[in-house]
Amino acid sequence: MDGHTDTPAYDGHLGETGSIVDLGLPAPGGAFDEHHPPDAALIGDCVHCGFCLPTCPTYVLWGEEMDSPRGRIYLMKEGLEGEPLSDAMVSHWDACLGCMSCVTACPSGVQYDTLIEQTRAQVERRHHRSAADRALRGLIFSIFPHPRRLRLLRGPLRGLQRTGLDRALRRTGLLERLSPQLAAMESLAPRLGRPMPLPEHIRASGERRAVVGMLTGCVQGAFFPGVNAATARVLQAEGCDVFVPPGQGCCGALSVHNGREAEAQRYARRIVDTFEAAGVERLVVNAAGCGSTMKDYARLLADDPAYADRARTLAEKVRDVAEVLDELGPVAVRHPLEVSVAYHDACHLAHAQGVRAQPRRLLAGIPGLELREIAEPELCCGSAGIYNILNPEPARELGDRKAANIVATGAELLVTANPGCLMQVASAIARSGRPMGMAHTVEVLDASIRGVPADSLREGTRPSA
Amino acid sequence: MTSTDRAGIAAVARRAAELLPDADVITDRARLRTYECDGLTHYRVTPALVVVPETATQLAAIVAACAEHGVPFVARGSGTGLSGGALPHADGVLVVTSRMRAIREVRREDQRAVVEPGVINLDVTRAATPLGYYYAPDPSSQQVCSIGGNLAENSGGAHCLKYGFTANHVLAADLVTPDGDLVTLGGAAPDSPGYDLLGAVIGSEGTLGIATSVTLRLTRLPEEVRTVLVGFESTDQAGAATSAIIAAGVLPAAIEMMDALAIEAAEAAVQCNYPAGAGAVLVIELDGAADEVAQEYDEVERLCRDHGAFEQRLATDPADRALIWKGRKSAFAAVGRISPDYIVQDGVIPRTALPEVLHAIAELSSSSGVRVANVFHAGDGNLHPLVLFDDAVEGAGAAAEEVSGAILDLCIQHGGSITGEHGVGVDKSAYMPRMYSEEDLDTMQLVRCAFDPHGISNPGKVFPTPRLCGEVPGRHKGPHPLQEAGLAEVF
Ligand SMILES: Cc1cc2nc3c(=O)[nH]c(=O)nc-3n(C[C@H](O)[C@H](O)[C@H](O)COP(=O)(O)OP(=O)(O)OC[C@H]3O[C@@H](n4cnc5c(N)ncnc54)[C@H](O)[C@@H]3O)c2cc1C
Ligand code: SF4
Ligand code: SF4
Repeated sequence: MDGHTDTPAYDGHLGETGSIVDLGLPAPGGAFDEHHPPDAALIGDCVHCGFCLPTCPTYVLWGEEMDSPRGRIYLMKEGLEGEPLSDAMVSHWDACLGCMSCVTACPSGVQYDTLIEQTRAQVERRHHRSAADRALRGLIFSIFPHPRRLRLLRGPLRGLQRTGLDRALRRTGLLERLSPQLAAMESLAPRLGRPMPLPEHIRASGERRAVVGMLTGCVQGAFFPGVNAATARVLQAEGCDVFVPPGQGCCGALSVHNGREAEAQRYARRIVDTFEAAGVERLVVNAAGCGSTMKDYARLLADDPAYADRARTLAEKVRDVAEVLDELGPVAVRHPLEVSVAYHDACHLAHAQGVRAQPRRLLAGIPGLELREIAEPELCCGSAGIYNILNPEPARELGDRKAANIVATGAELLVTANPGCLMQVASAIARSGRPMGMAHTVEVLDASIRGVPADSLREGTRPSA
Repeated sequence: MTSTDRAGIAAVARRAAELLPDADVITDRARLRTYECDGLTHYRVTPALVVVPETATQLAAIVAACAEHGVPFVARGSGTGLSGGALPHADGVLVVTSRMRAIREVRREDQRAVVEPGVINLDVTRAATPLGYYYAPDPSSQQVCSIGGNLAENSGGAHCLKYGFTANHVLAADLVTPDGDLVTLGGAAPDSPGYDLLGAVIGSEGTLGIATSVTLRLTRLPEEVRTVLVGFESTDQAGAATSAIIAAGVLPAAIEMMDALAIEAAEAAVQCNYPAGAGAVLVIELDGAADEVAQEYDEVERLCRDHGAFEQRLATDPADRALIWKGRKSAFAAVGRISPDYIVQDGVIPRTALPEVLHAIAELSSSSGVRVANVFHAGDGNLHPLVLFDDAVEGAGAAAEEVSGAILDLCIQHGGSITGEHGVGVDKSAYMPRMYSEEDLDTMQLVRCAFDPHGISNPGKVFPTPRLCGEVPGRHKGPHPLQEAGLAEVF
């Protein structure tokens, strides 16, 4: 029994008036080394008020301190104070969805996003994971950030066998974890159409109001090419010259969120090179997870003298597509769409980028469209990048909870702005047995601008076999 | 920890492991440490064991095991307490209610809700609103604090001016006594005969047992609510306006005051857009029947103007009203934006002493160089001075503690109390003798011993020095006066 305390037992008189930590460098023997440990000053900003607890999906599920933002920050503090890195500690950081709901909720302005990123990078470098866990993570990262390999996943699963990955895959159970998602994806497939590469330069229709670059993204590009096409068309219709440089690759978001710092930096450098060369005013992103990472490139590349300033300059140009469209204001005519829409806030849009009003304004600007709000809007759907693959159970519970709230709105169409959310919610809704149409915000705008009937959007998911 | 302590804890842990899934019996040191403090972080003790039961039966069995082995236990809800009430015991068990969060019943017919102790305060209102009701006590922490914690602290909030504290809204509670028995106190009828044991338990800070179910009174949503934000040049003016409003016979649902420093913090945190350059603001909320509210509003408006208000802003829609309240309700935590560390003080004074006490606080602040931001429930004279300091600066913590203590002395001098709503916990137990005589404290101790003869329920809290129930209290020679009078016996 290790009922250990390092403060003297409470003796009935005034307790210890402690300084939090002598927070200079991480204490030797503790969880962290000196290469960017979680920032002590940022940890110090947490006043332990607990306001973040009820908005944290894992706290909502399990009700335990270690699986709350306050508890995770406390574990970081313990690590700095000299508590060693243990499986227990790591498991609670791993269970964090990175949804940043806590950042929105925190009245003290605690930068949990920075803290968890710093912590994860340390964990990846310093913590010894089990062989199975390492293999699963390795595999995911050999597939996800690579648009071409991802496209192979799109077809019948048989496509995988040709990659030679399948034996390794089966051993880790990745396939089982992926398959409900893929099945849901397949049910969306009729609408997806073939992946069609976008031209490198698309000229504004009418008067040119802006010159923008466009990120095609890995998951977005592979699974939702229709979203990219719609983004390009809507930008064009609203007077943007759109550049889609080839060879941009992945933005590095998945790597950042999983502590793979060096890999993330490599991706980020390539994006900086590519879009610098394109000479654009704005860099438009239609996947919330990518946007939030790219807005933070300055910090990711801060230690690289050759890239630090350039990364900052580029990061300042990054905008979600809803921000750009809202800022420009509509010029293209909106045709009526008689459809009721439930808008789901993607965490990386609402919490990480603070973009909530813009997509709602854009949707509400479509004649005939009725916008409905979803209960527990701040709660993550459980997608969170590759979280749903690494932590299938909580992800499924959160997905079902979100699906129930969405279905309860009675809306015909679910709209959200992140490919991960769409995949996650699609499979949860398919499980709920209540089919429903799904679309990205720009697809709805695109349909309205092009005068496509609402039925094309309503064609929903079918319950998966 | 002695070997008997260790054996006791091990026995309770074994019992808990029989009752609960592995994940809910916490023994790992890094995990235990996340429970070492509540909202008052400078008291920290790592508990020997943390258990997170899901049912009253499990909870009662764990407490029974504690009783059997003489192991102390401490209840914890959401851990937002500001007096160290949920501070663990190093040789004891922390019993956390955060997984007991079912709302069992919400009934319109008899206007009540039956909830488990871990249910979050605001969730009761969320559940009752569709029926036209809400749960009136609204601590600023209502989005996170638990009903069990509210009951234990007799928590209040802005709207307690008109609606009263938690005690006025609890009809019944199931309690696991420190022996591990599950008993029901109070009942569906508003007033049960016999001693008001429920009344004794409300506000007892977890020293008389653990509540496992609470029946709450729901309040009808008012027909009309008007919230007005009023800017004044000084706290004097705002205080005078407050007194004038109450003297005029208007009873607003809430009158809250914030001074310039508190406004600055709230503004930094939530951009609540309070009047620029104000030395103080009042947030005044009127509720009730529409015509009554309209009439009262005119009166309030006039009185504020007469007392020097330079801006009065009536919330025009629910979003507007929410923003005004957001500024006020996030003020404590928001102070983290303007100061690395701070102490939230909690004291009560008669409303009429407000200007005088505020001046004295300002003097304390300027003579010591310690900044003090003031947020308070002006209507009922409940002050929440926020004493700011930087723990990285040597001696700053001690200086802040000193100012904070001196503020309590001011409250006592002016006929007030050392806590309005945050409780005594571990933080203020040393101040109890300044408010109460030794006899008073002994009498309270007798009540405690009646519930908890072995002194295992949240020991070391509330009272200045822990005593065993068998001990003859204090420095008295001979029997306690109450004993002598045959009114009580010593266990
Ligand atoms: C930012 C902030 C603002 C606040 N504003 C207010 C305010 O306006 N008004 C106010 O009154 N308080 C306020 N508080 C203090 C705190 O929120 C309240 O005291 C609240 O009631 C504590 O609830 P909790 O669930 O966090 O309890 P905890 O902190 O977990 O516990 C508090 C006490 O209750 C006991 N306890 C917990 N559950 C039970 C149970 N089931 N049975 C018996 N005893 C139990 C514990 O042992 C402890 O003594 C504020 C706190 C913060 C951080
Ligand atoms: S990012 Fe989301 S899951 Fe992680 S601690 Fe914050 S609220 Fe919880
Ligand atoms: S809301 Fe912010 S300050 Fe409060 S506990 Fe959470 S992270 Fe800490």
